[in-house]
Amino acid sequence: MNFSKIQILGVLAFLAVVFVGIPIFIAATGRWDFYFTLTSVALLAIASAGVWLTFYIGRINIGQGAFALVGAYVSAILVVKAGWSFWISLPAAGLFAALVAVLIGLPILRLRGVYFAMITLVLTQVATLTALALPITNGAKGITNIPLPGAISVFGIPLVPDFATLENSRMAFYFTAVILMVITYAALYRLVNSRLGHLCRSMQQNEELASSIGVNITYIRILIFAISSFFGGVGGAMFGSISQSVYPATFVVKDSVDFMLNCFLGGLGFVFGPMLGTLVLYFGWDLLFEFGKYQMLIYATLLILIIRFLPNGLLSLRFGKGGGK
Amino acid sequence: MEQVMANGVYLGSQYAMIALGLTLIFALMNVLNFAHGQMYVIGGFVTYTFYGQWGVPFVLALFMSCMTLAIIGALIERYLFAPVIKGSAREESTMLLAAGIAFLLDALILLIFGEKQRGVPKIVDGVFNWDFRLIMPYDRILICVLAILSIVAFIALMQYSKTGRALRALAQDRTAAQLMGVNVDRYSMIGFALGAMLAGLVGGLLVTITGVNLGMGGPTSIKAFMMVMIGGAGVISGAIWGGFILGFMEAFGLAYLSQYGDITYLLIFVSLMIFLAIRPQGLMGKPWG
Repeated sequence: MNFSKIQILGVLAFLAVVFVGIPIFIAATGRWDFYFTLTSVALLAIASAGVWLTFYIGRINIGQGAFALVGAYVSAILVVKAGWSFWISLPAAGLFAALVAVLIGLPILRLRGVYFAMITLVLTQVATLTALALPITNGAKGITNIPLPGAISVFGIPLVPDFATLENSRMAFYFTAVILMVITYAALYRLVNSRLGHLCRSMQQNEELASSIGVNITYIRILIFAISSFFGGVGGAMFGSISQSVYPATFVVKDSVDFMLNCFLGGLGFVFGPMLGTLVLYFGWDLLFEFGKYQMLIYATLLILIIRFLPNGLLSLRFGKGGGK
Repeated sequence: MEQVMANGVYLGSQYAMIALGLTLIFALMNVLNFAHGQMYVIGGFVTYTFYGQWGVPFVLALFMSCMTLAIIGALIERYLFAPVIKGSAREESTMLLAAGIAFLLDALILLIFGEKQRGVPKIVDGVFNWDFRLIMPYDRILICVLAILSIVAFIALMQYSKTGRALRALAQDRTAAQLMGVNVDRYSMIGFALGAMLAGLVGGLLVTITGVNLGMGGPTSIKAFMMVMIGGAGVISGAIWGGFILGFMEAFGLAYLSQYGDITYLLIFVSLMIFLAIRPQGLMGKPWG
């Protein structure tokens, strides 16, 4: 892959802002609560990246909340009941979510368009109801008092400190979440610009045609759905660790819809669309808090105006047509 | 058993009406209307205001509810959905719009009517009692009959009127309908208004029994999606079947499974997923929508 100078500069500027600029800004202004907000944005952006990827093969995914919930529960159960380290439970949660996605995806990925959208919407509801019904998830009480992530050391050299001993675990969570987000989007960008990404694009346009020229569409759509659910599982597991608790209502249908809105708002044609969409939606909602009871009204009106006048997402404002940043 | 069957018919007839509006809008515009549940709630509140607050006769209140929703639906179609569908690169963008409208309607309901549960006085008193085998309040029977009559009237309208013919042509093939001289823009608006009106009608009918509150919108939309999936998206007979099937499943589940806790809906969801895995287009839908 060849990157232009502007692209490299843009990525470097972004990294500088999130890793250096924001901590300096927060230290200067003393707004430590920003860390929590930005951490949430980063984690929701990871889950939204998964939704975006499902859009990339032409499926509307409103079920990411289900996989985020699965991830959160798997990680919580492994840490609390089996005594695993959080850092091992994190990929395990992602992999378990991906496994569930393969099992569910085999039948339902045959559905298209609005049928797939509706069944994934139902899927979120199934996940919540299952969490209420199963004994291992403690029903409505949920799993609480999840310990903070522990230390990692390789050959006696500490790589990650124990979060519980840290003076400021918010900052540690912020860095973890942002690093995860950067890895996620780097992986997403790489994937979209690979051979697999081109095959996905051919499927998005016409599945029969793609199939007729020898693309194994069943394999690709299950692989993509598994990857996108992996993102959902990891995001959900991390979220559970930060709030130190998981309930059946941690991720519900509304969250799934929000993940989808993030993608639309940023723009479906752009890899970094979901990241921007998450930031705008989450911050927009928070900033409108001052309007009290009119918060929802203004938020909804702005949302409608954006989609009315920029139906292809916010990023279409600057970049015009085309993919990638 | 008789009681469970009667409950099934009662639930099914309401559900079918909710699903009809959703499926009509989907068939015409390929839009998944997330705001359908909120429209239903508005219908309930309008009827509550006219009938419960101001003492207007129930039938007139119901008519006002239908008209309000029809106007809201027409405006939404004309000024929001139609331009967005024209301007967006991918059809799915309308889902963001639909979700935004659902949020907006929720916010408006909250501001205008508040978040309290509201109920209205009964229309008719008394309970029908057949030897304690079948017990049903008269107002439920009346609502059920009214719902079935409206479904029949709707089918007749779609089958025999000029508007109905145009709408069916539009649902079948937009381009072909336009070539045959159907005014596509105008009938899209009429169809959307009609779908919204059905939501208002069923909201107005149900407020007399269950009351209405702000939180009912979202769950109602999800139920409506399920019914539409059972029957097949965009097919009118499918929506009716879907409504009655869901109504019966719920009635049976509540009667026989309630001792195991709240697993009725889990079972309904799981069986729906298995059913769709075998028959993705629903009972009578076109394959792949």
